[in-house]
Amino acid sequence: MKKLVLLFGLAAAFAACSFAANAEVSTNAPAAVLAAAAPAAPALKDPSVEQRLADLEAYVNNGARSSVADTNVSSKVSGSGPGHNSFQMVCAALVLFMTLPGLALFYGGLVRKKNVLSVLAQCFGIAGLVTILWWLCGYSLAFHSGGGILGSLDWSFLKGVTSDPNTDYSAWVSHNVFSMYQLMFAIITPALIIGAIAERMKFSAILLFITLWMFVVYFPLAHMVWGVDGMMNGVWNADAKIKAIDFAGGTVVHMSSGWSALILCLILGKRMGFGKEPMPPHSMVLCMVGTGMLWVGWYGFNAGSAVAADGIAANAFTTTTIATAVASFVWPMAEYIVRGKPSVLGFCSGAVAGLVVITPACGFVDVSGSVIIGICAGLVPFFFVTKVKGWIGYDDALDTFGVHAVGGTMGALLTGFLATSSVNGNLALIKDATSANPATKNGLAALVANGGLWMEQAKAIGVTLLLAVIGTVVIAYIVKFTIGLRPTEDNESLGLDLAEHGEEGYND
Amino acid sequence: MKKIEAIIKPFKLEEVKDALSELGIEGMTVSEVKGFGRQKGHTEIYRGSEYTVDFLPKIKLEVVLPDSRLETAIEAIVKAAKTGKIGDGKIFVSNVEDAVRIRTEEKGDTAV
Repeated sequence: MKKLVLLFGLAAAFAACSFAANAEVSTNAPAAVLAAAAPAAPALKDPSVEQRLADLEAYVNNGARSSVADTNVSSKVSGSGPGHNSFQMVCAALVLFMTLPGLALFYGGLVRKKNVLSVLAQCFGIAGLVTILWWLCGYSLAFHSGGGILGSLDWSFLKGVTSDPNTDYSAWVSHNVFSMYQLMFAIITPALIIGAIAERMKFSAILLFITLWMFVVYFPLAHMVWGVDGMMNGVWNADAKIKAIDFAGGTVVHMSSGWSALILCLILGKRMGFGKEPMPPHSMVLCMVGTGMLWVGWYGFNAGSAVAADGIAANAFTTTTIATAVASFVWPMAEYIVRGKPSVLGFCSGAVAGLVVITPACGFVDVSGSVIIGICAGLVPFFFVTKVKGWIGYDDALDTFGVHAVGGTMGALLTGFLATSSVNGNLALIKDATSANPATKNGLAALVANGGLWMEQAKAIGVTLLLAVIGTVVIAYIVKFTIGLRPTEDNESLGLDLAEHGEEGYND
Repeated sequence: MKKIEAIIKPFKLEEVKDALSELGIEGMTVSEVKGFGRQKGHTEIYRGSEYTVDFLPKIKLEVVLPDSRLETAIEAIVKAAKTGKIGDGKIFVSNVEDAVRIRTEEKGDTAV
């Protein structure tokens, strides 16, 4: 624990140094801005009536203002657009709601009574920790332009991330709102890993592991897939090396957390008494409540990934509903056939699996595609957690691997077969070279139209898998040989609530 | 004085209590217990994990009463608690040396 405090001390020192460095930059900055702005300012013309009208149309259609194409012209509708901005703020809150308390209750209900608080503490702890990392430089590394793999440090401490939109990501949503929205994804992703290692990892080890994991796995992956110059951002980067698409995070969120969870739970080892003593969920009621919250919050996750209240968001909202409902029904019906009883955990697992599998696809597939996805999501993860897990014998306590890694990988691949430009104009092949979208320039649109996108998806899956697996192996061993991964046997059998947090979930 | 300990099915508690009240038996102690006899437990399945639960929830009812009322009380409990299926429970009878009502300090049969 002392080592951990030392670690945070080092982090604080690093932060202070960066502050000092930034202070130097900022003293120079106003002069630079003045120098650049002084000659340009008088040149800005008032927009013509046509341009003013075009700006309003752009707001309604979620397009760019005239001033983006014609930099000599000012705009009368500067700043963020109220509709898109309010939609995005609500979506950001919904995504946070997925973790606190959605995922916390979903996981919390599935562990034994003596460990319920440890799961809640881990989810809450990750929310605070990741937010600090995001502010420090995480957002900048993930979303500032830089290279194909990682951004830069220019937005460290969220400097320059203001209420004005950043047109790389949205013409109408405030940059700070976009940043907070993406933060919620960065919070839930490591929190998903908790499911595989529940009931047997030290709190300090989790904090250290997650801190390193964010830098090694999450920030680079988010940049590659969603960053404006990311190497796997097929939709928005005309120079993307891998022309893959991932609407709301099949690779970035579910594959990365799911595969890392499997590796971490293998290195960590099984829970004491696993396979010998019963470890049933202590509250299926809490689990179901959490699942309902996840489903509701997921609308912010999927529809919100359109970063506008537009037709693409509407399609994502619809496909998310259909796929989730279908999967939530197919999974327990499979149980009904195989075992004779449809279980509440079956309904919950099916819903979460449906949400996971539709995530990368929701803004790119139509309703028929979402039905196919729902059926696959109800059957394949079901087979993995009920059969394959038993054959292999790893202790993925709450099935993060079986649901998120298997579901995320399958979703990324299915998106390659089912994506259609009929629901998302950003994938459309545009003949006119002057108005061509990035997807046309990098060849993605042709792949969507003629088939072959699945090959690009497979490459993105490969990159994600390698990064998650290798990153986790290295980090897990670093943590294991510095502060150790597991609590003492006494603490583990006592329960992490009392041992690590000094309190109990239920006092009669 | 005798003590009756009856292990019964939880949903039969109300019927047993009513039957004993009709006999004029004015007090009893009830606890929620777990155990097993000839009745088998059940299986719970959570995704891939299957658990056999051997201990089933039962109610233990304790009544202390004068020797003269023992037989009628046992008959009443048996009649009320019987479903005819395995798992209906058991009744144990033992001797009790003395009893004291704390409020009045009465002893023996008058105390129960």
